[in-house]
Amino acid sequence: MNIALLLEMAAEAAPDRVGLVCDGKRWTYGDLLDAARGAFELIQESEAEYVALLDESSEAAVIAVFGAALAGVPYCPLNYRLPDADLSALLGRVAPALVVGDEERITRLAGDQGHTIFSREEFTLKAQETVPEPESREYDPGEGVAIQLFTSGTTAAPKAAILRHSNLLGYILGTVEFASADEADAALVVVPPYHIAGISALMSSIYSLRKIVMLPNFSPEGWLSLVEAETVTNAFVVPTMLARIVDAMEKGVTVNVGSLRAIAYGGGKMPIEVIHKALERFPSAGFTNAYGLTETSSTVALLGPDDHREALASEDPKVRARLTSLGKPIPTVEMQIRGESGEVLGPNEPGEIYVRGEQVSGEYKEKSALDAEGWFPTRDAGYIDEHGYLFLSGRADDVIVRGGENMSPGEIEDVLLTHPAIADACACAIPSVEWGETVGVAIVTREGFETPSEDELKMLVRSRLRSSRVPEKIAFVAELPYNEMGKLLRRKVKDVLAEA
Amino acid sequence: MKPGTRLKSAACDTEVMVIRCADGQIECGGAPMGEAKPAEAAPLAADFSAGTLMGKRYVDADGKYELLCVKPGKGSLSVDGVALVVKDAKPLPASD
Repeated sequence: MNIALLLEMAAEAAPDRVGLVCDGKRWTYGDLLDAARGAFELIQESEAEYVALLDESSEAAVIAVFGAALAGVPYCPLNYRLPDADLSALLGRVAPALVVGDEERITRLAGDQGHTIFSREEFTLKAQETVPEPESREYDPGEGVAIQLFTSGTTAAPKAAILRHSNLLGYILGTVEFASADEADAALVVVPPYHIAGISALMSSIYSLRKIVMLPNFSPEGWLSLVEAETVTNAFVVPTMLARIVDAMEKGVTVNVGSLRAIAYGGGKMPIEVIHKALERFPSAGFTNAYGLTETSSTVALLGPDDHREALASEDPKVRARLTSLGKPIPTVEMQIRGESGEVLGPNEPGEIYVRGEQVSGEYKEKSALDAEGWFPTRDAGYIDEHGYLFLSGRADDVIVRGGENMSPGEIEDVLLTHPAIADACACAIPSVEWGETVGVAIVTREGFETPSEDELKMLVRSRLRSSRVPEKIAFVAELPYNEMGKLLRRKVKDVLAEA
Repeated sequence: MKPGTRLKSAACDTEVMVIRCADGQIECGGAPMGEAKPAEAAPLAADFSAGTLMGKRYVDADGKYELLCVKPGKGSLSVDGVALVVKDAKPLPASD
């Protein structure tokens, strides 16, 4: 089955309903399907083996993903923020492709790679002009790859993660009720098109008939005014965005945000302070923390609005701590925590998170990472408590191994963050002659507070955790390095600590 | 028959996508479904006339069959004379 079915069904049920608003232009489901069918023609003519996008979010992203699906070639949105050399290499890995976006840059970087290049405007216009007769074309049955996403490649060359039509449809059909949205509902999509959350947002919105409102370039003011102007009901943000939105509201930006019913966040660790403030600023909204990976077609666990409210209202520190959890696995996914030799661990035992389910691809172009029983090792470290709540402690590769003892950076950071003068903290492994590795931490002092002494911080960790967790090296920094999606770049912190 | 096949009802407007199937006869409105519509419509059997709903998934008790309704109609779905039932999605609190 082909993911284009999602758009076909929306267009069949409500051809004249507005499905997308971008840069003031409105697209009905009928318009979008016609343009996707036009794009199918362009893709066939070009004989491209991929459809790549080097552009911000726009209607072209929607037309390209479904056009590529109909034509049976993988859609591959690229991160336009990457440096030229990296992008050129990635474009080389998908040649020959039909590439949509920044024509000048694509030609300069990959003009000799055999691509067919369109600007956003040209692609959109031609796709609308070239509408094939509904019955005259054989569309792809959807048995292959729908989407190829390059991983961010912080440790090595980017890997090409592939999502099959069956993975994405498994996720959407299993978790979204067709046409369940009210005609007044609107989802604000601000995640870039090359991120899995951006792609799954398009699909789930279209299948539920929830209007998509796109904000190609995030700014807190732009986001807030669009919420008011389009009476947005649902939104997904990454932690850094939510922090900036709350900040803008505190600095006096006043708009009516009363239409917002649901705010979901994910893609990185949300500072507890930000979520507290956000809950106050958006009293009418339910908050959901979503955890997922590219290789799992988006969400595999979530902490829903009721959990948020319950945690906030509770006196029990264990229940309050749920605000830092990722909630529970969704019903259509199985999850296990496994130890180093692959044994399945019990409640509260930290290990590596494994997932299995229709939506879990776990597949790279080079090879599949699934084990014989279909389980995907996420390389994320964490544990599930006795009530079934999942807590993330970082990447498995970030685990600090001190003299054979495994320690997760998260537990040390959580303790440090309880200090009133500490705004942000990152723990990571630093080389040690004696122990192989030992703990180093980078600390950001909160504005208006005195920098705490190293001894005080060591005492704090010693009082709460085993002495092996006590940092040997402490660096005070102005800020920690995050990427544009709010992911902490531990590698960079390691470099800072090595030099400190 | 294989997953991804689109089947049409001989007795009404219903169309389904096959998500999962075995060797049994898939029917709508009491009549066998096919990839093409027959020249002459089959009569709608009274026992199988509860109707289909767009976007609903229909399954059998053993989990061998799963059909997604992509066009609604007056007939209802069955396999070898045994009615299929609706399988609900498990909606998430709008996570994306």
